[in-house]
Amino acid sequence: MSLRESMPFHFIKLRKIWYTISVLIILPGIISLFLQGLNLGIDFSGGSLLDLKFNQPTSIEQVRSVLDEFGLEGSSIQRSNETDYLVRTRELTEDENTNVVKELSDKLGGVTVQRSERVGPVMGKELIYKAFQALAVASVLIVIYVAWRFELKQGLAAIIAMLHDALVVLGVFSIFQIEVGSDFVAAVLTIIGFSLMDTIVIFDRVRENSLNKKKGEALEDIINRSMWQTMTRSINTVLAVLFVLVALLLLGGTTMRSLVLALLIGTLSGAYSSICNASPLWFDFKRMETKGKPKTAKA
Amino acid sequence: MKLDKVLKLAGIIVGVAIITVLAIWPVIPNVKWIPFTNLIKQGLDLKGGVYVVLEAVDTPDIPVTADSMKQAMAIIENRVNAFGVAEPIVQLQGSRRIIVELAGVSDPDEAVRNLIKTAYLEFKTSDGKTVLTGRQLKTAQEGKNPQTGQPEVNLEFEPDGAKIFAEVTAANVGKPIMILLDGQVVQAPTVREAIPNGKAQISPYESLEAAHNVAILLRSGALPVKLEVMEKRTVGPTLGADSLNKSIVAGLAGCIAILIFMIGYYRVPGLVANLALVIYTLVVLMIYAALHVTMTLPGVAGFLLSMAMAVDTNIIIFERLKEELWSGKTLRSAIDAGFKRAFVAVLDSHVTTLIAGMVLYYFGTGPIKGFGITLSIGVLASLFTAVAMTRWILQLVAGTNLIHNLKLFGK
Repeated sequence: MSLRESMPFHFIKLRKIWYTISVLIILPGIISLFLQGLNLGIDFSGGSLLDLKFNQPTSIEQVRSVLDEFGLEGSSIQRSNETDYLVRTRELTEDENTNVVKELSDKLGGVTVQRSERVGPVMGKELIYKAFQALAVASVLIVIYVAWRFELKQGLAAIIAMLHDALVVLGVFSIFQIEVGSDFVAAVLTIIGFSLMDTIVIFDRVRENSLNKKKGEALEDIINRSMWQTMTRSINTVLAVLFVLVALLLLGGTTMRSLVLALLIGTLSGAYSSICNASPLWFDFKRMETKGKPKTAKA
Repeated sequence: MKLDKVLKLAGIIVGVAIITVLAIWPVIPNVKWIPFTNLIKQGLDLKGGVYVVLEAVDTPDIPVTADSMKQAMAIIENRVNAFGVAEPIVQLQGSRRIIVELAGVSDPDEAVRNLIKTAYLEFKTSDGKTVLTGRQLKTAQEGKNPQTGQPEVNLEFEPDGAKIFAEVTAANVGKPIMILLDGQVVQAPTVREAIPNGKAQISPYESLEAAHNVAILLRSGALPVKLEVMEKRTVGPTLGADSLNKSIVAGLAGCIAILIFMIGYYRVPGLVANLALVIYTLVVLMIYAALHVTMTLPGVAGFLLSMAMAVDTNIIIFERLKEELWSGKTLRSAIDAGFKRAFVAVLDSHVTTLIAGMVLYYFGTGPIKGFGITLSIGVLASLFTAVAMTRWILQLVAGTNLIHNLKLFGK
C-alpha cells in the first residue's frame, strides 16, 4: 500500500504540531545566536591561519610556547593528529608569518606549511556585506519568480520556509560554535535553493490538483492530497542528496567538512520545512484572506 | 521486438561507453586532451598555489593615482611572469586592488614576499647623497663571481646612468659607495678606481637562487606605490593533491550509491535514468572544459549537488510515470503524459535554484564564484538531459517492445 493512497495523517490539520516542532528547533538557536553569536572564522573576522604538518610528533604546549615568543598568546591551536595542527592568530604580516614559521621549524624539528591564509579586517566586512546582499537579492528575485508562476502568498510562504532553514543551520552552527567561513555563505544559499525546489514541487502539485479538484473538496484536503502524492519524491530526493553529502562528509577532505555539514543539516531542514511549513503557512495565509467565511471543512 | 530501435539503443549505450572511457582513461598516450577531464582547469585549492589580494595604500609622499596603479600592474605582471608558472592571473579589481593567482609555486609565501617588495634601488655616496636609482638600470642578472665562485647580481646601467656612475666613481676613489635596496644597505663597497663601463656587482648572496630573486626584482623595476596584502590564501601542493583525490573518491562513492538506489527503486526507468546521469556528467564536464571553468573544492560540491538535482528531476518524472500507468494508460502514452506533467514542476524548481546559483556567481568572490558557476551549469545541464535525454531513451526502450512487464516500469 503506497503512502499516496493510505495518507496516514492529515498534514494540514496537524499543522500546529509542525509549527511547534519548528519553533522548538529554532528557538534555542536564536537564543544562542543572541548570546554567543557565531564562531566567525578569519574569513569574516580577519586574521591568519596556518595549517601545519610537523616532521615529528609535537604537543600543543610546544606549539604554544613558540607562539608565545611572538606575543601570540591568544591564538587558537587545533590539533588534528600528532603532527597536524591548525593555528589561528591575529592578522600576521608577511614578515611575522615568515618568522613564526621559521621559529616553529627550527625549534620543533621541521615543519611544512600545508595551507596559509591571511585575511585583512576590511575583507571580512566586505564578505559579510556581500553575503547579506546576495541573500537579499536572491530572496527578492525568487519571491518575484514564485509570485509570477504561482501567487504572492505562496512566494511568501516559500521564503518563510527558506528562512526557517537558514535559521536552523545558523542556530546549529551557533550552538555548537562550529567555525563559519566564506563557504558557509555558499552553503546557506544552496540550502535556500534546495528548500525552494522542494517547496515548489509541492506547490506545483497543489496548483494542478486545484484545477481539477473533486466536487466539494476543501483547500486543506487538496493540499493534503498533493503532499502525499509528492511524498515518495520528497523522500527519494532527500535520500539522493544525502548519499552525496554523506559520502563527501566521510571521504572528502577536512577543508570541505563545515560546508558539507551545513548542507547536510540544511537539506534535512529543507525537506521538513517544505512539507510541514510552506504549504500549511500558505493555507493559513489563505484563511486570513477569506476571514469570516471559513473554507475549512469541519472535521 | 523492433530491431531498428534495439540497434539504436545499443548504439547509444556503446557511444556513451566510448566517450566515458575517453573522458577518464588515458587510452591514447601522448594525446594531451585524452582523457579530456585533463582539460578542466583546477583551482588553487586542488593544485596548490597562491591567491593574493593586494591593495595600494597612500603614503605621505606617494599618493595612489590611476597612472601609478597602471605601472604597478605592469611591474607585478613582470614579476609574476618571472616565476615561470603556467597561466598566472593578474587582474585589477576596482581602482586600487590587484588580484594575483599563481598555481604550482613551490614556496607560496616566498612568492608573495617577492611580489610586494618595493625593490627601490639606490646608490648613495658617503655623504648620503643619492646619485643613482633603479630607474637608470638597464638590466640585472644573477651570476657567479669568476674568481671567488660566490653568487652575485650583475648590474648594467643605461648610458646616462653609466655616465653618472663613471663620474661618481671617479670622484669617490678610496671612499665607500652604499647600495641600498628598499632603504636598507645591502652593501657598501669601497671604490678602488673609476668604473667607466656602467657595470657593477652586488654580493654576496646565500645562494644563486637568492641572487636570482633580487635580480628579478631589480629588473622588473621599483613599485611606484606601496602595496599591502589584504587577503592571502596559499595551499601547498601535497594538500591540494590530497583534497583532489579525496573529492574524487567521495564523488564516485556518492554517484555509485545514487546509481544503485535508482536501479533498486525504479527498475527499468532507473536504468534509463542512470544512462541519462552518465550523459549528464559527461555534458557537464565538457562544458567545464569548454568554458574554462576553474574547478575548486566548493566547485566540486556544487557539481555533485547539481548531480543530485538531476537525479531529483528523474525522480519527479518517474513518480509521474507511475501515476499515469496506475491510471490505466499504455506505456507510451504514460511516458508522454508523465513528462508533460512533470515538466512544469521541473522547470520551476530549476529556475529557482538557477537564481540562487547566478546570484552566488555574481556576488561571490574566488571559491564562492566557482561554486555558483558549477551549480548554475549543472542546473541547466540537468534540465536538458532529464527532459531531452531521459524522455528520448525511455521512449526508445518502450519502442523496442523488449519489456512487456509494466511492473518493471513501476506499475
